[in-house]
Amino acid sequence: MIDLSWMAWTWPTAAFFVFIFLCLSAMAVWERYDPGGSPRRGVLGLDTTRGDRLFISLLGSAFIFLAYLGFFGTPLWIPLGISIVYGFAVFKWV
Amino acid sequence: MNKTPNPKAWLFVIPVVVLVAFNALIPLMTVVNYSVQETFGDNVFFWEGMKWFEEVLRSERFHESFLRQIAFTGMILVIEIPLGIAIALAMPRKGPWVSVCLVLMALPLLIPWNVVGAMWNIFALPDIGLLGRMINGLGIDYNFTQQPVSAWSTTVLMDVWHWTSLVVLLSYAGLSAIPDAYYQAAKIDGANAWAVFRFIQLPKMKRVLTIAILLRFMDSFMIYTEPFVLTGGGPGNTTTFLSIDLVKIALGQFDLGPAAAMSLIYFLIVLLVSWIFYTLMMRGEEN
Repeated sequence: MIDLSWMAWTWPTAAFFVFIFLCLSAMAVWERYDPGGSPRRGVLGLDTTRGDRLFISLLGSAFIFLAYLGFFGTPLWIPLGISIVYGFAVFKWV
Repeated sequence: MNKTPNPKAWLFVIPVVVLVAFNALIPLMTVVNYSVQETFGDNVFFWEGMKWFEEVLRSERFHESFLRQIAFTGMILVIEIPLGIAIALAMPRKGPWVSVCLVLMALPLLIPWNVVGAMWNIFALPDIGLLGRMINGLGIDYNFTQQPVSAWSTTVLMDVWHWTSLVVLLSYAGLSAIPDAYYQAAKIDGANAWAVFRFIQLPKMKRVLTIAILLRFMDSFMIYTEPFVLTGGGPGNTTTFLSIDLVKIALGQFDLGPAAAMSLIYFLIVLLVSWIFYTLMMRGEEN
């Protein structure tokens, strides 16, 4: 067995990476059933595909969490809620 | 041309996926893991949650080095981009001098970063350096090891010396790609030099200039070696940019948790700005 103790794994960080992996897998499955990435021009005037929208959602969410941490600190339920709403908004309108 | 779908093509992608996993993904995952823990070495870790992120985001030290970084990147972009365009415009387009100019321009880019830092360190020393002695000889009090203004101007000057060539070469490539017909048309219309620049050369250089700005932004935002060798981040902390500060925290103080949190914040900022530039570039191309 390979020793991975140097990577200092924790359950929460592992769950985070599993979530990212699941997002990418879901995108692959989605693409399989609806190929082409459904490109469109959204409210920001950007040409985005599904993958772009996922990227914008994840990057934006990261900054929502950072801003909340910087201004208010933990717990992070509120930024989680904001990020989910933001993610849906990006997939719907951007 | 019709493309033939072939799932075997994925096999050819596997080597690069493995390579990226080893040199980027696994280290990045480790940094994420470190950012939520405390360690005193020996592979023993203690869970700290979001503490390091809060600490970094609220620390004066991070804010200051971030502002210094923005100021530095802003300054070098404001100087290097117009200067690079001006030099490219002044360079000959035909004849034997073209090769000479291109080689001269490429020279600074070939010098390793730590050598550039060491070179400028010696060059700018106030007592024995050619530049330092000369400036002091003109009656200007200059000592980059003690005065923040001198340290900043030397660091900016060093970066301009090292990297303006990149902007020059990219702009020159953009200028060389403009067909002669455009210039002939401008001549027939009686356009002056400014009009030619504004309505022919600049729009045609837009794409290469976007690449130049993006490259110079990312490079200067992550600059480490040159200012570290030149000033070591001093005097005091006046030239401590983000990456120098990060290395001080990670290796100087061995605070791996805060350093990991800072790395991730730093990474996200670079990712965001690069994405904005990339989007603007793509948009520009469409237009």
